Amino acid sequence: MTAIKETLTGPIFKNNPIALQILGICSALAVTSSLQVTLVMCVALTVVTAFSGMFISSIRNQIPGSIRIIVQMVIIASLVIVVDQFLKAYAFTISKQLSVFVGLIITNCIVMGRAEAFAMKNPPLASFMDGIGNGLGYSVVLISVAVIRELFGSGKLMGFEILPLVTEGGWYVPNGMLLLPPSAFFLIGGFIWVLRSVRTEQVEEPEFKLAKHTPVGEGV
Amino acid sequence: MEALLSLFVRSIFIENMALAFFLGMCTFLAISKKVDAAIGLGIAVIVVLGITVPVNNLIYNYLLADGALAWAGYPDMDLSFLGLLSYIGVIAAIVQIMEMFLDKFIPSLYNALGVFLPLITVNCAILGAALFMVERDYDFAESVVFGIGSGVGWALAVIALAGIREKLKYSDVPQGLQGLGITFITAGLMALGFMSFGGIDI
Repeated sequence: MTAIKETLTGPIFKNNPIALQILGICSALAVTSSLQVTLVMCVALTVVTAFSGMFISSIRNQIPGSIRIIVQMVIIASLVIVVDQFLKAYAFTISKQLSVFVGLIITNCIVMGRAEAFAMKNPPLASFMDGIGNGLGYSVVLISVAVIRELFGSGKLMGFEILPLVTEGGWYVPNGMLLLPPSAFFLIGGFIWVLRSVRTEQVEEPEFKLAKHTPVGEGV
Repeated sequence: MEALLSLFVRSIFIENMALAFFLGMCTFLAISKKVDAAIGLGIAVIVVLGITVPVNNLIYNYLLADGALAWAGYPDMDLSFLGLLSYIGVIAAIVQIMEMFLDKFIPSLYNALGVFLPLITVNCAILGAALFMVERDYDFAESVVFGIGSGVGWALAVIALAGIREKLKYSDVPQGLQGLGITFITAGLMALGFMSFGGIDI
């Protein structure tokens, strides 16, 4: 039981898929300009990761090693088709806003990575939990980026006004850059910086070290 | 003709796959440490995109779209929900065929592209381009231009980032930003730069 709890909570902070394993960044950057769309994306990804883990793990002993990637792809693609059709039926406007990014869950490295690294070696229940855990880890980063981008970029959260804008008689001047694509790079870069300052074992070794400054006079 | 040229320029600069839509980010960040490797990967992406987008366009228009199977006697068939599965299958198959073809007939190019070809199957830029092609209803000629153009744009971005990173390793970066963090910020600055192409319209 404790092992299952560990697989569920581990990926959220200790082993976060986006910040530490550097998986699935594409969609993390693209869908975060509005919180509502981000939430839908997070749920979609968590569902796909969890169920693909469970299905792949339940047939893992039958899959021949040489064609396992194709088998995983087919399972993941079928699940994504289900999610895509579901969104088109019940949340059409959001599905239009997400446009191609629902389909791109297929090539999201988190899903493939967890299938290959965890589900191929562990029983179905643990793989399901691992999928949920990684989905939540992904959601934590996405939601925090989306909150910053939507709140400071347009003064709203989920479409409700939080910071009254100057144009509508309030006091807040929106930072339009946060709604543009480049801001997501800066935010995730900053997120990684904070995380690595706390967990220093994750810091990458520099390839070159600068020499120390020599005091004037000694140098020559 | 003019429309195609405009589409080509737009897919390279304004709607750059890597910097405006964040597609293919994983490989974009992982294979941008050396300029040589980035050039190899860039060429591989151009070739694969230039082939897979038109092929997927044919498959969509003659097999999957609503009413596309009329030529086979099924005018009411709509298989577009099978799209995702077919595109990824086509991409995986074409990459595999290309790998075998190059290995047999152009070994020098095969050695140069080597490890990058299999990596490309799971590159979201390739699948993303196929999905954009379907969403925007490109015809065959447009899809050829769009495929090659977005490949060139992606290659340009990855080679430029590799060039910057090669210089960047001699600079004094704060400890926590070392490696990945500073790469993100560099890519963000590049994306800002690319946004200045936004007004271009031929």
